[in-house]
Amino acid sequence: MRHPVRALAQIAQITLINLRSLPQRLGTSLVVVVGIAGVVGVLVSVLAMGEGFRHTLASTGRPGRVIMLRAGSDAELSSGVDRDQTTLLAALPAIARDGSGRPLASAELVVMVDLPRKGESHPNNVPFRGVQPGAFAIRDELRLVEGRAFRRGVREVIVGRKAAQQFAGLDVGSRIAFRDSDWTVVGTFATGGDVHESEIWADAEVAMSAFRRTGYQSMTATLADGSQAGLAALTAAIRRDPRLSINVLREPEYYAKQAGVLARLITVLGYTVAAFMAIGATFGALNCMYSAIASRQVEIATLRAIGFGGAPVVVSVMIEALLLALVGGAAGGALAYVYCDGASLSTLNFSTFSQVAFDFRVTPALLGQGLAWALLIGAAGGLLPAIRAARLPVTTALRAV
Amino acid sequence: MADLVQVRAVTKSYRRGGETIEVLHGVDLDIARGDFVALMGPSGSGKTTLLNLIGGLDTPTGGAIVVDGRRIDRLSSGELSAWRAAHVGFVFQFYNLLPVLSAQRNVELPLLLTSLSAAERRRHAAIALALVGLADRARHKPRELSGGQEQRVAIARAIVSDPTLLVCDEPTGDLDRATAGEIMALLQMLNREHGKTIVMVTHDPKAAEYASRRLHLDKGTLIADGAGA
Ligand SMILES: Nc1ncnc2c1ncn2[C@@H]1O[C@H](COP(=O)(O)OP(=O)(O)OP(=O)(O)O)[C@@H](O)[C@H]1O
Ligand SMILES: [Mg+2]
Repeated sequence: MRHPVRALAQIAQITLINLRSLPQRLGTSLVVVVGIAGVVGVLVSVLAMGEGFRHTLASTGRPGRVIMLRAGSDAELSSGVDRDQTTLLAALPAIARDGSGRPLASAELVVMVDLPRKGESHPNNVPFRGVQPGAFAIRDELRLVEGRAFRRGVREVIVGRKAAQQFAGLDVGSRIAFRDSDWTVVGTFATGGDVHESEIWADAEVAMSAFRRTGYQSMTATLADGSQAGLAALTAAIRRDPRLSINVLREPEYYAKQAGVLARLITVLGYTVAAFMAIGATFGALNCMYSAIASRQVEIATLRAIGFGGAPVVVSVMIEALLLALVGGAAGGALAYVYCDGASLSTLNFSTFSQVAFDFRVTPALLGQGLAWALLIGAAGGLLPAIRAARLPVTTALRAV
Repeated sequence: MADLVQVRAVTKSYRRGGETIEVLHGVDLDIARGDFVALMGPSGSGKTTLLNLIGGLDTPTGGAIVVDGRRIDRLSSGELSAWRAAHVGFVFQFYNLLPVLSAQRNVELPLLLTSLSAAERRRHAAIALALVGLADRARHKPRELSGGQEQRVAIARAIVSDPTLLVCDEPTGDLDRATAGEIMALLQMLNREHGKTIVMVTHDPKAAEYASRRLHLDKGTLIADGAGA
């Protein structure tokens, strides 16, 4: 093309002509838009689910805190730390102290209790965490949103905000019964949307006797020195003591690992379903663009006879396909955003076999990814028809009146 | 001065299925600058095929075609596009206007391939529309015009870029007698007063009478070259 500006003007003109005839092809065009909206809507909402799950776990914990588990276990439920070990761990100088010299550490036990979701009857696993008094000092993100804290030595619990929303009978003041213990809900707490909001908390000693446990699952502590050196000092001190066979992980690292399996599964599921739908949508787009070209072949041939080149025809058909795809992609993304963003869901975490409540997160990156899929489908559906349009033998097409 | 169009021993074959059908069997034809030629003949005799070759819409299987001193039978399809834009105006039986564009915009289309500014394009299109007597219909869409008016718009589109050659395939084939007469008078006016060279295919002897020369094609061969009028 000798004159790029003129080529652009040709493309613009042909595209405009194409788009103006869109209302006559509303049916097939809508099929494309709806098909692509479906792909993008499903893709974005499923990925938003994975994103929300990952975000919930990844936002749990602070880098300055560590969780200590029995060496060889990678989750609290499969770990066990006995009383003597927790005493030794809390005494290590690498662990921070409060103003009166008490270690900022909490030995904790976790048991799964059965509770039905609101409006359902079959029970779900809900984590019940027994914590030591230090738990509140080290988790400064925790705040009570209703009621008060449990008293030591009493069968009282505080309930995470999301657990209270999703499970029946966890309102402040209500009583809950497990195998052979009755508990009173005295408060509701929030921890900034992390996994602890799906838990029920009680005094560790009371929980231990109620559930007939003799040891803890883990110890969470604040590092005296949050740097890499501080962590190394703690690890080294633990390794030097033959009585301690303990693995130390920074909290964010631990929770990110917990998210792994399920988050990956959700992501794979999202891509798989979206890929199948995308194949369908691509055929829809192909069909639409082929019929658009068939219905316009005399127009295209007339333009070619007048002297318009093949390239502007190809480009204008592609632009039309991409525009339809963009409209579909935007609609799908908007639907996912409106209906899913912030919507709460609770699911079984395969790593811990406990319920984790989380919110869908429709992030700009996910929306961008959805639009990229839409454009890809549009391009795949538009390319062959566009090439056919340009290759259309002019004399044959002119006879097709 | 050499004739504007020189067709030499032109053959054209189509492949259909396994067999090759020769539609034009060595056509020789000269058309002088300023001529108005009517090409007649029975259906299937190859009139449209010959017209498309002269207009550069297609390339011959054999022979040579020279238009305005340029061999067009050897041009690539891209070169032919550019050549058509510069040298040929087409008028079709069914007008082939773009339904979504106004008469004015339809007439402007060929000018998009020139370096004229938008204002100049509008001016040229207005002049062409005035020439065909439709200055007052510039903003009408094709479906708001009668068949005769549509064909006038198509003729305005064919002449707007001042081409060397006007190529018309049954321009009155879809019109009633009276309207056909008006269209033929318009073409004759363009030929006589504006010096346009016209090659026209027609089935209608009345329409052919407006031409200065009538040719007959039968089964792919030119059988008569009756000068007249
Ligand atoms: N693309 C093609 N492929 C195969 N055969 C073709 C093709 N185009 C034209 N023909 C054949 O060539 C012959 C001449 O066709 P053409 O259209 O030139 O005739 P015509 O004289 O214009 O006829 P009509 O008066 O009906 O318009 C016909 O037999 C037609 O079937
Ligand atoms: Mg014909």
